Amino acid sequence: MKHKSDLTQGGWLNLNNPRVRSVVYQILIILGVVWAVATIAGNVVANLEARGIATGFRFLGERAGFGVSQALIDYSSNSTYSRVFFVGLLNTLLVSAMGIVAATFLGLFVGLGRLTPNWLVRKICMVYIEIFRNVPVLLQIFFWYYAVLQTLPRPNQSITLFGDLFFINVRGAYAPRPVLESGIGILTTLLILAIIAVIALTIWARRRKRDTGEEFPVFWASLGILVGTMTVGYIATGQPLVFDIPELRGFSFDGGMRLRPELLALWVALTVYTSTFIAEIFRSGIQSVSHGQSEAARALSLTERQRMKLVVLPQALRVIVPPLTSQYLNLTKNSSLAVAIGYPDLVSVFQGTALNQTGQAIEIVGMTMAVYLIISLLVSAFMNWFNKRVALVER
Amino acid sequence: MAFTPTPARQAPPTEIGVLGWLHKNLFSSIPNAILTLIAAYISIQGLYWIISWAFINADWVGTSRDDCTSDGACWVFVSVRINQFIYGFYPPVARWRPNLTFALLVGFLIWLAVPQIPYKKLGAILSLTAFPVVAYFLLYGGAFGLPVVPTSRWGGLMLTIVIAVIGIVLAMPIGIALALGRRSDMPAVRLVCTIFIEFWRGVPLITILFMASVMLPLFFSEGVSIDRLVRALIGITLFQSAYMAEVVRGGLQALGKGQYEAADALGLSYWQKMNLVVLPQALKIMIPGIVNTTISLWKDTSLVVIIGLLEVLGQVRQALADPNWLGYPAEGYIFAALTFWVFCFSMSRFSQYLERRLDTGHRN
Repeated sequence: MKHKSDLTQGGWLNLNNPRVRSVVYQILIILGVVWAVATIAGNVVANLEARGIATGFRFLGERAGFGVSQALIDYSSNSTYSRVFFVGLLNTLLVSAMGIVAATFLGLFVGLGRLTPNWLVRKICMVYIEIFRNVPVLLQIFFWYYAVLQTLPRPNQSITLFGDLFFINVRGAYAPRPVLESGIGILTTLLILAIIAVIALTIWARRRKRDTGEEFPVFWASLGILVGTMTVGYIATGQPLVFDIPELRGFSFDGGMRLRPELLALWVALTVYTSTFIAEIFRSGIQSVSHGQSEAARALSLTERQRMKLVVLPQALRVIVPPLTSQYLNLTKNSSLAVAIGYPDLVSVFQGTALNQTGQAIEIVGMTMAVYLIISLLVSAFMNWFNKRVALVER
Repeated sequence: MAFTPTPARQAPPTEIGVLGWLHKNLFSSIPNAILTLIAAYISIQGLYWIISWAFINADWVGTSRDDCTSDGACWVFVSVRINQFIYGFYPPVARWRPNLTFALLVGFLIWLAVPQIPYKKLGAILSLTAFPVVAYFLLYGGAFGLPVVPTSRWGGLMLTIVIAVIGIVLAMPIGIALALGRRSDMPAVRLVCTIFIEFWRGVPLITILFMASVMLPLFFSEGVSIDRLVRALIGITLFQSAYMAEVVRGGLQALGKGQYEAADALGLSYWQKMNLVVLPQALKIMIPGIVNTTISLWKDTSLVVIIGLLEVLGQVRQALADPNWLGYPAEGYIFAALTFWVFCFSMSRFSQYLERRLDTGHRN
């Protein structure tokens, strides 16, 4: 316990009294912060006036007047700056989500590769990690964009994958695009019903296991329900989902779905770079579960899968999830490097083009930073919640 | 009659020696053997392709792109510009100045890093007081008859090292102060430090660099102009000190509560407690974290290219834009990647060495 003394002990403002000293320090620090903020604010106002730059958020309603190469929502050069903000934000979220999913799977794969008994696979995974972890991600983005994707053949000599379904060329990657036709509503309803059935089955199986101890093959049963319903439904509703396959017309492709080379380069670089860190997180997480746990599981004659699922993974996840979420956050923040190759993310179109046009640095940089701050606050809120949930209850 | 045990039979040949190793590590089961064969095929193909591109079919000597005749890598692109990649546009006659500075830097690092060399305290004091002054006058000039070299002419690997070293050296004390502040008993200090740390950690470095180059001039009263390199350094230092603060906080938390209580019980003041008891132990725990932060700072220096400072990556990009040398992006980027890789990899190996050396078994 800390010794708490009275503020007035030894006379008023006696600096030998620790309580008085602490109050004085805090007042000084607050005064210092207020002074610094006030000085900066004063200078900013004076500078903006001297340069004739407008202030306030009125610019958000004005016409932007420039085009954006990739927009997930309707956008034209007649749209407003607030529209630009949302286009950029969605593009940032798109590449971050794509990167997070891909990096998690690749990282898991490589991390498990480092733990296999196979010496060659272990070494290959180690070399992969050591190469890509120690090279700046910006450099990797440049490498994939300029040294790989820009040197691909022209559209009429595209590299094809899986027959004539996927194409890669200097203009990007093309894939079949799903086209929805009438009857898709019924199919969607069926899918939702199947998912509800799977959830109900899981709950029932868990309850039965708690009461009787008997296992039920939930995974295979769920897979059966989902695939079965979807296949029957697809045929019964008259095949409402068809694919629009990209086709070469003259010098470019028609139809299909196109991933621009900027998005592709950014996605690959972020995935590869982050996957090295994620691999190490999975590896150390699994290794952190003490050997005795595995031996105890074997002694109870659990199968290898049960040992992994019921003993090792639940304990490893406690170690894995916090650094994993912070890697997801890093990936999201690194996606701002898009500006270097012109992928239209938030930093590139809003803090780049919009800032250059309006000159309103304070508002625009502030809004951009606020977006990233909100994302990281949400993630750390999740992490605190998770840590509390899985924390060891020590007695 | 004495009992004479029969000598142990030798292990079967598939369990010992080379065969045993192969059996245990590569062919322990049929799926494992298939995996080995696939992995071996892929890695041999890949290695063959890389070696023939980068070494066997490569062009090494020459002066222009006409000397690149084979279909492998054209390292001539790198070799004709190697000085630009290392020194940027630093005047060729003055290149001995960065050379001498970095020789001194390496000397100090060896002094501090190799355990056998004595007088560590003197080395630390000299490297933090005398060395920065000497380095400033050597690199920038303006005294002792050395002509001034403006920072706009700095570049290449030299600029990378300058940014990384200054960033880490300045971030260290600020980070320690912030971490102590975040664990302080005074709520106002704690709040200010927490907001500061979380703010810089929450935003990408690139927006901070943008802020430093676009907004920082607005923060000062009119007429004050700050060098572009200094602006970038301010941004990088603030960013890095927030990360450093979290490393330091981790070290402070890892230290047993008993150490704090024992120091309090001895009646030590706050600063005595920190300087004599807590920090010497906590810094030891933090060293791997500090090296990791240094590695990420080293990689992050490449981002200054976006605000127009040409370090290694920037110089390579500029060389790639030269109309006489179009079409060698792979060579250029691989060279830049190798430069970064060598530094980062050796630092991570050094950190592993330190971890083993400092692991005195105190923790648990």
